[in-house]
Amino acid sequence: MPAQRTKFYQVGSFAVGNRLLPIEQRAVQAGMERRNSLTSGHRACRGCGEALGARYAIDAAISASGGRLVAVNATGCLEVFSTPYPETSWQVPWIHSLFGNAPAVASGVAAALRAKGITDVRVVGQGGDGGTVDIGFACLSGMFERDDDVLYICYDNQAYMNTGVQRSGATPPAARTSTTPVPGNAFGQGKNVPMIAMAHEIPYVATATVADLRDLEYKVRRAMELRGARYLHILVPCPLGWVTEACDTIRVARLATESGLFPVFEAERGEVTDVTKIRRRVPVDDYLRLQGRYRHLFGDPPQTEVIARIQASADRNIRRFGLVD
Amino acid sequence: MLRQIEGSQAVAEAVAACRPEVVCAYPISPQTHIVEALSRLVSAKKLTPCEYLNVESEFAAMSACIGASAAGARVYTATASQGLLYMTEALFNASGLGLPIVMTVANRAIGAPINIWNDHSDSMSQRDSGWIQLYAETNQEAADLHVQAYALAEELSLPVMVCMDGFVLTHAFERVDLPARERVDAFLPPYEPRQVLDPGDPVSIGAMVGPEAFTEVRYLLHARHLQALDRIPAIARSFEDAFGRRSGGLVRGYRVQDADTVVLALGSVLGTVKDVVDELRGQGRRIGVAALTTFRPFPFAAVRELLGRARRIVVLERAFSVGVGGIVSADVRTALPEAAIATVVAGLGGRPVTKAALHRVLAAEPEPLTFLDLDRELVGRELARSAERRRSGPAAENMLRDLAGGN
Ligand SMILES: Cc1ncc(C[n+]2csc(CCOP(=O)(O)OP(=O)(O)O)c2C)c(N)n1
Ligand code: SF4
Repeated sequence: MPAQRTKFYQVGSFAVGNRLLPIEQRAVQAGMERRNSLTSGHRACRGCGEALGARYAIDAAISASGGRLVAVNATGCLEVFSTPYPETSWQVPWIHSLFGNAPAVASGVAAALRAKGITDVRVVGQGGDGGTVDIGFACLSGMFERDDDVLYICYDNQAYMNTGVQRSGATPPAARTSTTPVPGNAFGQGKNVPMIAMAHEIPYVATATVADLRDLEYKVRRAMELRGARYLHILVPCPLGWVTEACDTIRVARLATESGLFPVFEAERGEVTDVTKIRRRVPVDDYLRLQGRYRHLFGDPPQTEVIARIQASADRNIRRFGLVD
Repeated sequence: MLRQIEGSQAVAEAVAACRPEVVCAYPISPQTHIVEALSRLVSAKKLTPCEYLNVESEFAAMSACIGASAAGARVYTATASQGLLYMTEALFNASGLGLPIVMTVANRAIGAPINIWNDHSDSMSQRDSGWIQLYAETNQEAADLHVQAYALAEELSLPVMVCMDGFVLTHAFERVDLPARERVDAFLPPYEPRQVLDPGDPVSIGAMVGPEAFTEVRYLLHARHLQALDRIPAIARSFEDAFGRRSGGLVRGYRVQDADTVVLALGSVLGTVKDVVDELRGQGRRIGVAALTTFRPFPFAAVRELLGRARRIVVLERAFSVGVGGIVSADVRTALPEAAIATVVAGLGGRPVTKAALHRVLAAEPEPLTFLDLDRELVGRELARSAERRRSGPAAENMLRDLAGGN
């Protein structure tokens, strides 16, 4: 059955349940037949958004492919915490080659399957924002351009976490990292890879966060219904790098979308087809204050001018994507 | 099938006879004709099933080969020079993962200064990458080595580089007996991967390994290279049985039986070396040739056996280790610690290795390290200039100016 979007009408709490839904609309994670792509016991930090995002994304992909899935991984936290030899947390065939080549390795896997006439096995490539938007970017763009039958998922924690929180091309302005003592990337100069992916006019581009796992699952399922190059960019807060409490991972991800800083949308062949509207708009302050990487903005005196610029970029996203009715 | 054919085309036909299922291509001279020929074969449906991937870089080409090989396909790519170096990270990865990828290296110099002509600096720079390296003497051997390379790679689960001299071989038209597909089918069993990305039997490939097992994992790669020392001659023998001609192997002797001096060389220069040796034999010199086909793994025992009686060994090399000297010579010296070994660095960046120059160098007892035909005066002038002005600058341009002025 085609991927379905379920609308929830929340009252008061942010909790979202399955109980009142018909079985076919329930989350993949709620299903009895759920296949655990990434088993417990891996070595991610407490509250790791990437571990959560990867598990939901790959579980949904396994479920959508009937268990016929191959995963390709770039070097980075996800690879390191899930496969310290001789242990592995992966329940799918999985290959890690290098930091900068996951999209090309995935292209090779897809080509081999094509040559062998295997049409039911699907390929997922995955990596952090560094592996995706920086060093692996040429390979990613090549994969898009050839329209290789790969779903590539970027787990965006907005820095190189595995090597100790250095900046990446996806680090936002004003966020402190270990290589940007004058914090963050320049305003207006960030690398917006979902938009760049759209410019390739590939079948499907979407963004998601771990704050809305149902939406994340839906987008994976939708992507798996299509063939050709597909790109999913998931915001995955990192307690270590963002300097947040482990229990705040979901909360910061939600505030990233509700402030407008991280627009959640879908696009097909270069056209935006759906945006997730902001139901309760919050000022960027609420998002920034939770995170140690922005602490310098709230000193004495606070850097109001910088905060205003961050607010302006959130407002721009809201205008550009029509996030508020 | 005997044909008058360009080397690149012959290699493409030989590769096609091996039925690769994925070919990844990124252009660089002098390798381009090979992948162009393969693209024609694929689009004319003369090679099916085969996926031809036009990738965005050599790094992507090798990465896609890694993915495709791990998914169980027979794969092929070709490169040269800067392209090979651009692949370096993926080369080490392919051998570490034990993937039987076969790649042609159309040998070419590495810049700066940029130079498209032949020498062996590119493949020699990847000496320690864990790839088997075979060097072709002729286009016939280049074609044959590819068939043997697949047999070897897949038997040992190791990647193999077939090196052939850029332009000198790739662009030369020669008579080549192309290995026919039916014969290759009989010689080369279908690829059976040792480990494959299969949802029916999931494995994790390329996991992170700490100090507790890393040495062991690397040693296994070494151990398989040592096995290759037995398998390479065995495969060359069965190739001879199947195709009726000898090519490949570890190291071949030419008039070495009673030789007190032996010239060891690799690649297409061997033809010239053999001519010179024939001429010197005519003058009564007891001289012979050792043609090295397998450079990695280095066949120490075979070299020792072939050259053990020689009093003097001259290693002719088309690359060198800057600040040290000969690359191949170092291994020959390890094989024969007692022998007098001289290194002759020749033909860099496509400079012709002439018979006259070889006669000159072999007439006397060669220096331990000789750069064949080096224009000492030119170099001396530039050295003096840079000593005087104490700043780096356009040395190549200066020397070209000197050359133009000097004429
Ligand atoms: C060619 C190369 N350069 C650098 C590294 C070191 N390195 C490993 S992981 C990593 C950063 C990973 O960051 P990202 O892709 O954002 O993933 P994360 O760890 O944040 O999930 C770096 C720089 C490497 N492995 N290879
Ligand atoms: S550093 Fe961040 S991304 Fe890496 S495991 Fe820890 S929480 Fe996850």
